[in-house]
Amino acid sequence: MIGRLLLYAFLLLATLFFLLPVYLVVLTALKEPAKITLDTVWQWPDPVYWESFRIAWEAFRPKFQNSLVLAVSATLLSAMVGALNGYVLAKWPFRGSNLLFALMLFGMFIPYQSILIPLFQFVKAIGLYGTLFGLILVHVVYGIPIVTLIFKNYYSEIPDELVEAARIDGAGFFGVFRHVILPLSAPAFVVVAIWQFTQIWNEFLFAVTLTRPESQPITVALAQLAGGEAVKWNLPMAGAILAALPTLLVYIFLGRYFLRGLLAGSVKG
Amino acid sequence: MRDRITAFLVLLPSLVAVAIFVYGFIGQNLWVSLTDWGKNPAQALALRPELRFVGLDNYRELFTGFVDMRFRQSAVNLIFFTLFFMAGSLGLGLLLAIALDRGPRGEGFFRTVFLFPMALSFVVTGTIWRWLLQPQGGVNVLPTLFGLPPLAFPWLTTRQQALVFDWNLLPFYTALVVGLVLLYVAWRAHREGERGRRFWSLLSGGVLLLWAFTLGRSTQLLPYPEPHGFSLALVGVILAAVWQMSGYTMALYLAGLRGIPVEVLEAAKVDGASEWQTYRHVILPLLAPITLSAMIVLGHIALKIFDLIFAMAGLDYAPTDVPAIYMYLLAFRGNQFAKGAAIGILLLLLVAVVVIPYLASQLRKEVRR
Repeated sequence: MIGRLLLYAFLLLATLFFLLPVYLVVLTALKEPAKITLDTVWQWPDPVYWESFRIAWEAFRPKFQNSLVLAVSATLLSAMVGALNGYVLAKWPFRGSNLLFALMLFGMFIPYQSILIPLFQFVKAIGLYGTLFGLILVHVVYGIPIVTLIFKNYYSEIPDELVEAARIDGAGFFGVFRHVILPLSAPAFVVVAIWQFTQIWNEFLFAVTLTRPESQPITVALAQLAGGEAVKWNLPMAGAILAALPTLLVYIFLGRYFLRGLLAGSVKG
Repeated sequence: MRDRITAFLVLLPSLVAVAIFVYGFIGQNLWVSLTDWGKNPAQALALRPELRFVGLDNYRELFTGFVDMRFRQSAVNLIFFTLFFMAGSLGLGLLLAIALDRGPRGEGFFRTVFLFPMALSFVVTGTIWRWLLQPQGGVNVLPTLFGLPPLAFPWLTTRQQALVFDWNLLPFYTALVVGLVLLYVAWRAHREGERGRRFWSLLSGGVLLLWAFTLGRSTQLLPYPEPHGFSLALVGVILAAVWQMSGYTMALYLAGLRGIPVEVLEAAKVDGASEWQTYRHVILPLLAPITLSAMIVLGHIALKIFDLIFAMAGLDYAPTDVPAIYMYLLAFRGNQFAKGAAIGILLLLLVAVVVIPYLASQLRKEVRR
């Protein structure tokens, strides 16, 4: 009985630890800037000031759109690349393909600080510095190892007999892919899409190094807004909610797949 | 045959991209770290700067040069951040998992709550906790809601340090810690009866300890003592990082706990083990492999931590500095590309030390299967 009580007390405390920050963010975002004082931080706003969301939305909308374009297009591209790579490695292995795959996987463990300077020079040299397109390219390339891994593992489970049967029926490389592999791929695409979308949406290092203000994703804009001195705290808090919302929605509605991707790609750089 | 060629051609662009963006760039970064890029002001403006090969000078300066004291503090910060972040996330994650494994009502709700910070960006987490840790607000005034006095800890703004040591003793401490770990390995090998491993770890550990207590104590990296320690401003950063990552360790541990066969627990009960003894001698040892892989993942995150600190304290705040921040500051704000590249290579080496043994052991497991 006492054990049960302690258990619930602990869970309650833990819940407070995880949710109090959220509570504070929401109530700060709903306060009139003049009423945000340090000694009354925990008081619920009266009246609720929805205006800060409108202002934050106006300020963040271009960055939010950048993030959306970036995350969606990079995710789509890298899912396609990953599906094809995984298909080749799982169903059309050639001599040395396992070694090449292992060499490829190494790319997912490196800390990106160790390639950041050459990457910066390279993106600048090909004229993509400061563009969203450059950032998309970078995310697709550094996503190759993890997406290839997920698709290869998934496709290895598909029986080779299915591929063989289709080939006897006269299907070629792409024919097998379109008619046999692709119709079975939905779960892998969901895992990869969720993983890449959250990763790219939340990413900061590449974004802050390779973009100009007009191509900034929302993470960079938020970090710079909060970093400035003498900010009205309702704005960064409303911005934090905007920046968190897409990935939170993914987590809430697709949590099962989210966790699967998390466990698959946990050591990614 | 045509299909085989097609297959290879489909894979080729990815292979080329990885070859350039991973291997090529690491090579180029290594080369940059061996040059004087950033020493000569003329290089900053030139489109194709003329670089001179200087060997390991940049690395030497980072560890022993007069101007790079800030790098050394950032390295010390990284060590303490990694240790406390790992300990905090593993400990809290394990407690949460054990609590949820005991089947409380509303388990699904609690699990969702503990895991949701994982979906957030470190930038969002940093922004939130920066506000929570304001010295006169947030967490510090929380006790006043219950009529208690406010907390006085200034969190991110403190300049205090604990566990201060002289940088010159770093080789001594490093050798001491590695030597003791090797002795522990030897002791484990002794108990498991692996004589080869016992011999080699005993030998190398002994040599290291001998070196530490003879020559190690008198090595001088700097001509003067330079104190470094655990910067207490990091406590807030660690708190935020644990808030974000302990749900992840909870998920890992929970999966592990659910995977323990009921028969094993029954057997422990039949043998008369108390609940505490069951945890201590049966469950925790079974969770050890999970702890190891969680440590690898968390260590990997800790070593390259950048966005969280950027959002909480900015680039220019020395007390919360880590090498990734200092590297960015040097290269992209100070045009000191060579030194920045050197820090990048050091981080790569650190990560390799953590990840390669892990990958090797995973690979061995695959082969055994």
